[in-house]
Formats: sequence, structure tokens, C-alpha cells
Amino acid sequence: MNERPEVSREVLLDARNVTMQFGGLRAVNDVSLQVHTGEIVGLIGPNGAGKTTFFNCLTGLYQPTSGAVEFAGQALPPKPRLVVRAGMARTFQNIRLFHNMTAIENVMVGMYSRTKTNAIDAILRLPRHRREEEESTQRAKDLLEFVGLTGSGDSLSRNLPYGDQRRLEIARALATDPQLLLLDEPTAGMNPQETRQAEELIFKIRDLGLAVLVIEHDMRFIFNLCDRVACLVRGAVLVEGPPAVVQNDPRVIEAYIGMPANDVAAKPTAATEEDADA
Amino acid sequence: MRTVIPDQLKVQLRYPARAVGLAGAAAMVASVFLPWSYGHEALDDVGFTGLPSPLQFVFLILPIAILALLGIPLVGKAKLGRWAKIVAWNTTAKTASLGALATVVVALAAIAIELGGLVNIETGGWLALVGAILAAAATVFLPDSPEPTLSRVKSPRWLQITAIVVVMAIVLFGSAYALGMDDAGAFLTLAALLVGIILTLRQFGVFGWLGIASANNNRVLVMSAFVVAFAFPFTQNGSNANMSIAAQVLIFAATALGLNIVVGLVGLLDLGYIAFLGAGAFTAAVLSDSAFATINFHPPFIVTVLIAGTVSSLLGLMIGAPTLRVSGDYLAIVTLAFGEIFRISMLNLDGSDGPNITHGSAGIPGIPDLNLFGFDFGQAHIIAGIEIGRFANYFWLMLLVMALIILVFTNINHSRIGRGWVAIREDEMAAEAMGVNTFALKLLAFAGGAFLAGIAGAIKAHHDVSVTPEQYVFLESAFLLAAVVLGGMGTVSGVLIGAVILKVLPEKLRFFSDYRLLLFGLLMILMMRFRPEGIIADERRQLEFHDDDEELADEIEEELITHHAHLNPERKGFEL
Ligand SMILES: Nc1ncnc2c1ncn2[C@@H]1O[C@H](COP(=O)(O)OP(=O)(O)OP(=O)(O)O)[C@@H](O)[C@H]1O
Ligand SMILES: [Mg+2]
Repeated sequence: MNERPEVSREVLLDARNVTMQFGGLRAVNDVSLQVHTGEIVGLIGPNGAGKTTFFNCLTGLYQPTSGAVEFAGQALPPKPRLVVRAGMARTFQNIRLFHNMTAIENVMVGMYSRTKTNAIDAILRLPRHRREEEESTQRAKDLLEFVGLTGSGDSLSRNLPYGDQRRLEIARALATDPQLLLLDEPTAGMNPQETRQAEELIFKIRDLGLAVLVIEHDMRFIFNLCDRVACLVRGAVLVEGPPAVVQNDPRVIEAYIGMPANDVAAKPTAATEEDADA
Repeated sequence: MRTVIPDQLKVQLRYPARAVGLAGAAAMVASVFLPWSYGHEALDDVGFTGLPSPLQFVFLILPIAILALLGIPLVGKAKLGRWAKIVAWNTTAKTASLGALATVVVALAAIAIELGGLVNIETGGWLALVGAILAAAATVFLPDSPEPTLSRVKSPRWLQITAIVVVMAIVLFGSAYALGMDDAGAFLTLAALLVGIILTLRQFGVFGWLGIASANNNRVLVMSAFVVAFAFPFTQNGSNANMSIAAQVLIFAATALGLNIVVGLVGLLDLGYIAFLGAGAFTAAVLSDSAFATINFHPPFIVTVLIAGTVSSLLGLMIGAPTLRVSGDYLAIVTLAFGEIFRISMLNLDGSDGPNITHGSAGIPGIPDLNLFGFDFGQAHIIAGIEIGRFANYFWLMLLVMALIILVFTNINHSRIGRGWVAIREDEMAAEAMGVNTFALKLLAFAGGAFLAGIAGAIKAHHDVSVTPEQYVFLESAFLLAAVVLGGMGTVSGVLIGAVILKVLPEKLRFFSDYRLLLFGLLMILMMRFRPEGIIADERRQLEFHDDDEELADEIEEELITHHAHLNPERKGFEL
């Protein structure tokens, strides 16, 4: 097993009593969750438990019906792009790349909020614009290398294999220069080898000093990876704690309707239920 | 065609088919030395024996091409060597034959209509028709060739540059020749012929090769295009008729390029875009030295142009700020309404109640010619012995504005802003979730596009001499949109071609003016059915229209890599 480095206790993300109501459906019910700097936190739960909806509440895509989210001590702004600026980036359960742009262009879009060139600079091609453009290109290449996509920079993202698309989404999210990365089922549809690579990649990201909050159905993956795991059932946090504790909690096993934890990974991937997701 | 005739039959018939095709082509060659019509009034006078008219000379290109395409492979596969693969011999011959057939049919129909009946068609005409039918029928029976690989042939730089220059020269003299035609039948025949030749060249692989060549020599291409456009007035011998059309084309094209930012790059549908051109024109008119100008402030034109652009973009902001939060269809409806509101407001600002700014439907006439730095646009000048008239002056000014607009368009497209625009078009929500300020970017596109249209409008006011509300009806917005869609959304060259087609055709086909809209409607339907990405396809756009075509995606990716514009920011855009 991996030796986990000492987790520093500084609170990065602090969600308090977040509730999201859709008409008669309470998709997220009074969820409180903290993520500390440099920590990998897992979010598990059966289909429809509200995990993606919770992510959407954190990233400004939904406005929670009630509750508060603080990020690095500040109330989180209510717009997705401001959330990105504040230092939180995400990937999507159903991949949402810009399909007809190349891999490198996808990553460079991620840098939008961290670059400054304005229309006049671009039209006049001022040195400032060119320098920034060069730097962005270089950083995008570095990021592609970091996630293991060296040499795919000029590929249209729609042409990449599925696993590579997931990694490209991570690179794009990293390009926004986040402190906290939210990953929504990063290994869905991956084979065991790719899953292992994804695991290594997430450790590498944590080693850069980022915190990671990851939704997954693959239990082995989650319990290997995470410092802490929260299990969401019907919108509410059922259990939260170290992987060993959550893994053996009878209520968690019960929540997966008697399925042994290891088999849960074999459930059909979410590809078919994507429409409900953001 | 491909599936109707079984391949086996094609292989069996390949020798007889080739012979018949050669005979048909030979008949077409012979036909131009015989008279096509009894009278001398049809087309550009095709009534002579032994002396082809200019049009017939151009027509010769197709049968000679067919002879070459069918004849050369007769030397055998071994001798052809790699050229057997580089050129799609049979398929190109088929395209050329079908093009020739279409041309002959149009020509004969034109003769019959112009002279009153089929009896006016002479032996040469019938011979051409028989030859074309033979060639077309025969080549349809030839086995299909694989895709040409001419574009992969490595070629030295000087050859690429020469090719670009030659193409530009052909464009220059071709357009001068086409515009000089005053006979609608001849013009239509030439149009059919040109389409035939272009499709043949495309099938031959010339455009693939030229595409690579021009991507490698982007600057040469742009420079030579401008040189050609600049030289155009010199081919007109002081005639104002065509220069007036040419100046109008450029004004129209400049506006269409502005619209192209909004529609082509960001993917917002604007159905009232002509209002921004109108706003610029009215602003320039009321600030001009016209006796009917209603504002007692007459700044120099440089200032007026900026004010006109600003007024247009303010209108753009006004209409955009509340509506750009909604998407798609709503925006189309709001902009459609805005176009009408603009026109009606201009009609009603006639002083009957409220201020008199536009004189209502009378508009503002008598706008004087521009005078920039002592250069009077109303005066004709003699340069190199050729008279350069009033419209040529405006043409050159618009050319300058055009260069500026293209520079703005390309440079901004290749920046983080351009990437943000494309991202919005691809997936607006994902773009927002990645930190792109989608609202501001959409607003920027809207206001920026409007600014460009405002500038074009200010020049248009002086070019047209008078500005009236009825010049800015919805139909004009529709035409602008048609130019963008027809030419190719998101591209510069495509939109230019679209603008030329949509402006020149109606001028040259006054004969058909009653059916103009019907023809355009048909043209648009055909385009949307067979080539939704427009004449010149923006690579990404092409993929959006052919979403499930993996082969195309691979092909385009390969092109992107060969054009390798991405990793080298130096190559993109233009220096000032
Ligand atoms: N925009 C919405 N409007 C109405 N109901 C929604 C909306 N978004 C999600 N829901 C509902 O909220 C519930 C939680 O959905 P969510 O996608 O968050 O589940 P999940 O835990 O991510 O499941 P999965 O493992 O399948 O991805 C579901 O019942 C879903 O149908
Ligand atoms: Mg989900």
C-alpha cells in the first residue's frame, strides 16, 4: 500500500449543509464536507445518490437551495468561471471536451482565466500577446506531457482514445491552475491498466500540492487512493472517514444493496445515464 | 452513379467506353470550329465557321482535358508509374465530361432562347451536344479511380509560389472577362463552364495541392490576392459599370466578414445584421456635408468613421447585453426584430413627432464625395494611361478597409479570444466551467462585428450618395447571412467568394431578376443538402456538419498537422 504523507490540516473547501432541491426531489440533502490542502478525498455512493449534483453545487453550475460553500476562507462566487478563478477546476462524468479542437487547444482554453491578452493586443500582435501565446503553448505542452499525452497535441480531441480523452480533460482542468481538482468518475470506461495509470496520475497531481476530490464507483481505486472517503446515499452523507473504516461499514455495503464492495466496480459505466448530468 | 452500374460491367466495358469517350471529346473539339447558331447575336457570336468565339475557346479546355485524361493512360500502367496513383484519371474525365455536357446544354438553351427556338442551333451546336453526351455516357462506364494523391506530391517552393501567382492572374483576367460580358446567356454559359472546370480541377487533386501550397506560402497568397484586387481597376479601361459593382461587392463582403465573426466563429445567429451597416451609413450621412444633414457637426471623415463604428457597436451592445444570455433561437428572433425596429425607427425619425434626423423615407440625399488628405474621390484620375474613375477610388478605399478587417479577423481568431469563441461554439457550458467568460466574449464578438459593419456603412453612405431606410430591409440581412453560409462559415476566403457570388450574379443576370430569390433559394437548398459547410470549409465546421465521419476527422487532423500552424505562433496572423 502507498505510504500516505502527513496531511496538513488547512481547510481548503468547506461545504456546510448544502441542499439542492429539484421540485419534489432533494438530490443533495444537507451535505457537509471539508477538503484540506494536499488531501485526496473520495466521494462514493450508488447511482443517483447526488454526487454529480453536489459537484455542480460546488462549481457554480447549480445554486444550492440552501447551505454555504467556502473556498480558501472565502465564500464561493456563484458563477462557474469565478469558481475557476478562485482555484477550483473539474472534469465531467460524461466527457465534455471541445471535440473539434486539438488537444493542445483544449488545454489552452483552460488557461483562459489565467491569461490576459485582450482584443487590442491580439489585433496588433503586441509583444505582450506573443510572449503570452508562447508561454501558453509551452505550458500546454508540459501539461499534456504531465498527463501522459506527449505527442497527441495536434490530434483533434474527438480522435483520441477514450482513456486519453479523460486524461485530456484532466490536463484542461489543470491548465486553469487550480488548488482543488474535482474529478467526476475519472476511470469510467477505462481498462484496468488505464485505471492504474489514472491512479498514478492523481498521486502525481497531489504531489504538486493540489487537493483532489474524486467521485468513483471503482472501490479498489477509491480505497487505494484516498485519504478520506465520504459515502453519499439518497443525497445525504451516510458515512465519512478513512477508507478502512468506510470500506467495512455495514451501512455502506447495505447501501450498495448487498453487492460486495469489489463488484461494484463492474456496474455498467455511467455512459448510458449521462443525460441527467451536467 | 457509383452504385448504379456494377463494377464488373465497368471493367468489361473499359476499352469500348474509353474509345467512345475519346470520340465524344474529339467531336466537341471539332464542334467549336463549326457554327453553333444561325444568327450572330447569340452568346458572344458563335455563328462562324473555323473561327471559335472567345467563349468557345475557353470551352475547348474541357474536351482537351478529356482527351488527355482518357488518352494518356493508354500508354500503359508501367509507363505511367506513380502517376497512375497521383491522378484520378477516369473519375476526372467523368467530371470533365459532365461539366462539358452541362455547359453545352446551357449554351444551346441560351441560343434557343435568345434567337427564338431550337431551329437556330447549327451543326456545331448539335455536334457539341452529341459529343458531350457520348463522352459523359462513356466515362460513366469507366471504372472509378481511387482518390487522387496529388496533394501529397512534394513540390519546391518556387513552384508553389508560381502556381499561386498564376491562379491569381487567372482570377484577375477571368473576372475582368466575366464582368465584361453583357449577354446573360453568355454569362450563364461561362458560369457553367467555370463550375465544370473547377470541379474537374478539384477531382484532379489540384485544390488539395494548392491548399497545401497556399498554407505553406500564406503571405504570398494574401499579398498576391491583394495585388490582384488592386490591379482590377486597370483592366476596366475607365468603365464605371463594373467598378460600381466591384465597390458594392467589397462593401457587402466587409459587412459579411463582420457577420462572420458572430455567426461563423461564435455560432450566434444574427438575422438583423444589416441594421449595423445602416447605423453606420446614417451616422455618416447626418454628419456629412450634405445639405440635408441634420446634425450641425461635420468632423473630418476619419472621425466620422470612428463615430459610425462606435454608434453601431453601441447598438450591438444595447441589443446584445440583454439577449446574449439567452441562446440560439431567441437571439435569432430578437435580432430579427431589431433589424426591423431599426428600419422603422429610421423611417419615423422624420420630425413629424420627435426630432427630424433622417427625413423619413426620403432619407439623406446629396452626400458629397469623400475627400481624404486632398484626394477627391469624386474625380477620375489617369494612371499609366488608364482612367481610374470615381467607383475605382471607392473600390481601393474599401480594399484598404478590407485588409484591415481581415487582419483583425485573423489575428483575433488566432488568440486566446478566438479559442474562447470556438470553445463557446463547441460547448458553451463546458467553456464557462473552464473559466471562459462566455458572456463577455459573445458581447465582444457582437460589438466588434457591429463596429466593422458601421465602418463599411460610413463608406457606403458616401459611395451611394444617398441613404434611405429602405436600403436596409430584412432581405439584405438574409443575403449577408447567405453569403456567410454559402461561402463557408468561419473562413475569410469562403465569405469573400460567397459575397462575390451573391452580389455579382444578380447584377449580371438582370434578365432573371424576377426569379432571383427563387434561384437563390434553390441554390441554398442544394448547398445545404450537398455541402452544408459551404464552398470553402472551415476545418472544424466541416466536422460539425459531418459529425460521424471518422475518416474526415482523420483527414482533417492530418491536414492540421501538415499545416502545423499550431505549435508555431509565429506563422499565424499578420504583422502590422
Ligand atoms: N437538473 C436536474 N433536474 C432535476 N433532477 C436532477 C437534475 N440533476 C440531477 N437530478 C436528479 O438528482 C439525482 C441525483 O443525480 P446525480 O447525477 O447527482 O447522481 P450521481 O450520484 O452522480 O449518480 P451517478 O453515479 O449515476 O453518476 C438523480 O435522481 C437525478 O435524476
Ligand atoms: Mg454522477
